[in-house]
Amino acid sequence: MAFTAPNETYSGKVYQVEAGTDKTIVIGGENVLPFNSFEGNMPNRPVIAYEIQDVPPDDWPDTLKKVYEGVSGDPVTWAKYCQDKLNAKAIALRLIGTHPDRQNRSAQDAAKTVKDVLAAIKVPLIILGSNHVEKDTAILVAAAEAAKDKNCFIGKALEENYKTIVAACMANNHKLIAMSQLDINLSKQLNILITQMGFDKERLVTDPMCSALGYGLDYTYSVMERIRLAALTQNDLTMQTPMLGDIGMYAWKVKESTASEAELPVGGALEPRGIAWETLTAGALMIAGAGLLIMRHPEAVNAVEKFIDELI
Amino acid sequence: MLIIGEKLSIIAKRVREAMMKFDKGPIQEIATRQWKEGSGMIDANIGPAEDGGEKMMEWMVTTIQEVVPLPVCLDTTNASAIEAGLKVHNNEWGRPLINSTSNDPERFPIMEIAAKYNSQLIALTVGKGGLPADAEERAGIAAEIMARAMEYGMPVEDLYLDPLVLQIATTQDQALKVIKSVKMFQELNDPPMKTVVGLSNISNGMPKALRPVMNKYLFALLMYEGLNAAIADAHEVVETAKTIDIIMGRTLYAHSYLEM
Repeated sequence: MAFTAPNETYSGKVYQVEAGTDKTIVIGGENVLPFNSFEGNMPNRPVIAYEIQDVPPDDWPDTLKKVYEGVSGDPVTWAKYCQDKLNAKAIALRLIGTHPDRQNRSAQDAAKTVKDVLAAIKVPLIILGSNHVEKDTAILVAAAEAAKDKNCFIGKALEENYKTIVAACMANNHKLIAMSQLDINLSKQLNILITQMGFDKERLVTDPMCSALGYGLDYTYSVMERIRLAALTQNDLTMQTPMLGDIGMYAWKVKESTASEAELPVGGALEPRGIAWETLTAGALMIAGAGLLIMRHPEAVNAVEKFIDELI
Repeated sequence: MLIIGEKLSIIAKRVREAMMKFDKGPIQEIATRQWKEGSGMIDANIGPAEDGGEKMMEWMVTTIQEVVPLPVCLDTTNASAIEAGLKVHNNEWGRPLINSTSNDPERFPIMEIAAKYNSQLIALTVGKGGLPADAEERAGIAAEIMARAMEYGMPVEDLYLDPLVLQIATTQDQALKVIKSVKMFQELNDPPMKTVVGLSNISNGMPKALRPVMNKYLFALLMYEGLNAAIADAHEVVETAKTIDIIMGRTLYAHSYLEM
């Protein structure tokens, strides 16, 4: 008798979340573990968004800075460059300049940047704060209002500040990114708290918190994998949100992607090493279930896109 | 865990009066409450219903399903009343369940009805010869009922075996035997046989205030042994069900798990 491979069937399904108005992206929708389309449906391929900032990327390593030389001085130019020259499917605007320890830009400044960038691009926008608990409440509310009805992803809502951010996303018709700190139970709890405010669980994206290869990637991988298993095998309605991997900011600040060849001879040339670091971090988390990836280096993005082509 | 809301019983005065007058109000109010509190099915216990049982069961099923999107557990010894209820049952909300057959030949026709209407069926593991003494005897009766069900063309997957919970106040030694039965029943088939209990019978005859305590702890022990369903007051057991699901690893823990 011929061998028949056993097939798993799952009781749950990941919500399908759409962003954007002009050009749109759709993430999630699968009823199988990542890329196991031989057992069910994975209707949408993971989406990679290019990360830009509201202020010049002074803190990015030179390897990255030189890619965006001449465009990164202004977020609008930068965004257009990613969309038109790099064919970005989505742009992630990080309002890092609003952080009190950085340029401490105001909510009005942030709102203006958001409006300007939105006016210049057609692809969906992901709007991220600086992850400063207090400041983000003011910044993200202003950003949500400035982007009203543009159907953006806005984040990140944390356990400490989710209420105002959730309310702003509801009032201005956005999707929300909720982040917890590498703890699956707290991730579930935050999703519950957010939906208890009346926010649709179908409009939510979960960020279980990223970490780079060699710096806790295995923790993020494990949390993502268990979130997906709870969603699919236990049909846990609170865990069926698509997941975000905020790759670039973690992958590009570790020694392996920033130290020169002289400092780290065993790692070889710096530039390909950094690109490989971002590629591998992104690839691993995509396998764990991330449907939305925020990345920085175009060559890393292209490598991951190729990886997706091969897996799908 | 399937909780079969037990509050619609002819034994309760308010329900009986509503049934006699065909007054939908109280029936729908109780059914709705049981649904909101976590029942996945509503038990409609119309008693032996020797006169006008067909009309009564028909009325109960439609009255419940008018307001609650759940299947109904048809609870009576009157076979033609069951058949009348099955005819009007809206299977869109799930398959109905008949309560019950047993190893008493008088109850065998119920299996035929279950097979005919593709209904699930509760089988009490008792025969004509009185109450079973222990888990082994219950399992023996269960096996006979399973064989009988197959003769009547009923898949055993549609049977819920009921070990018959007895009163702790009068037959204390039976409680452990019931728990053991739930474990043994599952071993009678692959996939495991489904099991159900009429939970509150354990606390019959106890002071009213103590009854929920007894019901909940027995329920926890039965869940641990793999019980699939209970005819119970959802309000009373839903907290236990959710908590045991967490302890057993069937639900992912979050601080608000009881609110979900």
